[in-house]
Amino acid sequence: MLISTKPMAAVNDILSTQNLAVGYRNGKQENCVLCDLQLTLRQGELVCLLGSNGIGKSTLLRTLSGVQRPLSGTVMLNGRDLADYTKRQLSQLISIVYTDRTLAGALTVRELVSLGRHPYTGFFGRLDSEDEQVVADAMITMGIAHKAGCHVATLSDGERQKAMIARALAQETPIILLDEPTAFLDVASRIETMKCLHRLAVEKNKAILLSSHDVSQSLALANRLWLLRSDRKMVQGVTEDLVLGGQLDRLFDGRQVQFDSMVGDFVALADVRQSVALDCADELLRHWIVNALAREGYVVATDAAIKITATSSTVIVVDNKAVNSISAMIGYLSTMA
Amino acid sequence: MNSNHTSVNSPRRYYIVMWSMAVVMVMLFVACLVFGSVDIPLGDVLGSLTGGEVSRATSRVIVLETRLPMACTAMLAGAALSIAGLLMQTTFDNPLAGPSILGISTGSSLGVAIVMLALGGSIGGVLGSSLSALIGALLGAGVIMLVLLAFSSIVKNSVMLLIIGIMVSHLASSAISLLNFFSTQEGVHSYVIWGLGNFSGVTLERLPIFAILVIASVLLSMMLVKPLNALLLGARYAENLGVNIRGTRNRLLVLSGILTAVVTAFCGPIGFIGLIVPHIARLSLRSSNHIVLLPATALAGAVVALLCTLISVVPSASGIIPINAITPIIGVPIIIYIIVNRKRIAYFN
Repeated sequence: MLISTKPMAAVNDILSTQNLAVGYRNGKQENCVLCDLQLTLRQGELVCLLGSNGIGKSTLLRTLSGVQRPLSGTVMLNGRDLADYTKRQLSQLISIVYTDRTLAGALTVRELVSLGRHPYTGFFGRLDSEDEQVVADAMITMGIAHKAGCHVATLSDGERQKAMIARALAQETPIILLDEPTAFLDVASRIETMKCLHRLAVEKNKAILLSSHDVSQSLALANRLWLLRSDRKMVQGVTEDLVLGGQLDRLFDGRQVQFDSMVGDFVALADVRQSVALDCADELLRHWIVNALAREGYVVATDAAIKITATSSTVIVVDNKAVNSISAMIGYLSTMA
Repeated sequence: MNSNHTSVNSPRRYYIVMWSMAVVMVMLFVACLVFGSVDIPLGDVLGSLTGGEVSRATSRVIVLETRLPMACTAMLAGAALSIAGLLMQTTFDNPLAGPSILGISTGSSLGVAIVMLALGGSIGGVLGSSLSALIGALLGAGVIMLVLLAFSSIVKNSVMLLIIGIMVSHLASSAISLLNFFSTQEGVHSYVIWGLGNFSGVTLERLPIFAILVIASVLLSMMLVKPLNALLLGARYAENLGVNIRGTRNRLLVLSGILTAVVTAFCGPIGFIGLIVPHIARLSLRSSNHIVLLPATALAGAVVALLCTLISVVPSASGIIPINAITPIIGVPIIIYIIVNRKRIAYFN
């Protein structure tokens, strides 16, 4: 007997594309940025769109949100062509978070988040008690309720981004698209924001798609990845399948980086001068010794001439010469060259 | 909820700002009726207004025929220009936009110049209030608006658009100079006087039409507070909130064009009020929420225009000082203050 633990809604393709081509029309000329895309976005999942600068991530997001028309093919939203929806209908189905600076500094956080209720409010945008409740809930979810009465201008970059996401939440759309939501944030805010988005997808059954340059956080928290390879082909799938299938390696083809599957992030292409053999039982110590060696241009190989044995960070033996730190180890290695 | 009390722009602040501005406005209004080439005692002013006793018969004529229309014109023109400035600042996403900076005033002036100088319409009479001048001003403002609108779809950067506005304004100025060059001496003289700006050109008979045009446009702009607030987030966000960007932008530009053109036709091109008053309103409210900002801007505009009018009549012996000699004295320090402190002013960030 097959027991499914996932709710049915989680496998509902809310947004999908058929033979989608995105790009720009310039008179009669069509400049196709990305062609022949077959994509699906489901409720209850966080999808990260990864790709190098200028490959067309923003163009794709704009097309999926209905701001820009596709060159060809269709975007289907709930089984209906995106082009058939009115602006007002779309505003209740898709919300967007950009990284643009706004002139909203003199609005309070509450007023900013309240703008998300626009598709539902009347002529003058007044909120009823239900709207007020949605706004309050959105601020609590994003953890900025304590800033409700503060000017947006007084917020830190991380808080501001949370407020903008809360605004999107107040819009109560099943789909949220975010264009590099963590671009200007410090590591702590980046992780917090990503965790929060992941929680939203799971707990509120939202379909969340974000473009990002933060590979390690995306690998950690995305249910699925959309990889835009350097040959402008799109690969989508569950994160781990793509990592183990070697798909990440194709992301920056021809650039001086390589994907380290163990670390789950891109590292500079090693500039190998010499190989060394390393004998170290402690995994943490081994990791950081390899890190230091790689930076200095050494690659670890089992049958190398130079042999390093490390028992702790202060007891390291390089070819029978004992050194008492990693720094001393590097120093000694350079004298051998 | 407790957090309401810590809110930086609580409703309480709004009421305090609005009431104090209203009180100042009434005081300035009365002062404008009392002071002038002849000072009229307060009792006579009230007597003239209510139809009661006055000590001198001429007082009644001066108050009702000259000073009352001037004070009313000042209030309406101040409110109209300020609202126009606010609409432009939000539309162009630029706090330094305004009717005179974007060339709308100059466009209106060109329209009036064509009517007054080239077509020889109504020279020597009550210039600003003639219908042909109004039509000329509306057409002139309309042309500049169309030019700006066309460029706004090509040039996304609002600073660049501002500079285009300034350039177009220079073109209009050069056309005005040419018209002046080929015009009669009296024509030039009356045009120059009109160009200095004054609130005394609207007679009691013309006041209703001016009032109706201004009040109708201000009420129409009140209808747009919701999209205006969405535009604070920028056009892309506003669009995602279901706002029809093109339609809203056109409506806002047409409204601010009408407001500017009407005032320019009746009072001449008045500088600075449209640029600075929205800032005064935002700074005192500490908010850019248009639901409170729009009424406060209208009120503050009336106050500033009345203040300028009062200053203009102070040296009673030599007549009325041109309004455009006074507005920069109030306006420039405010603009410089804002630019210097922009990092600490919330609505710039």
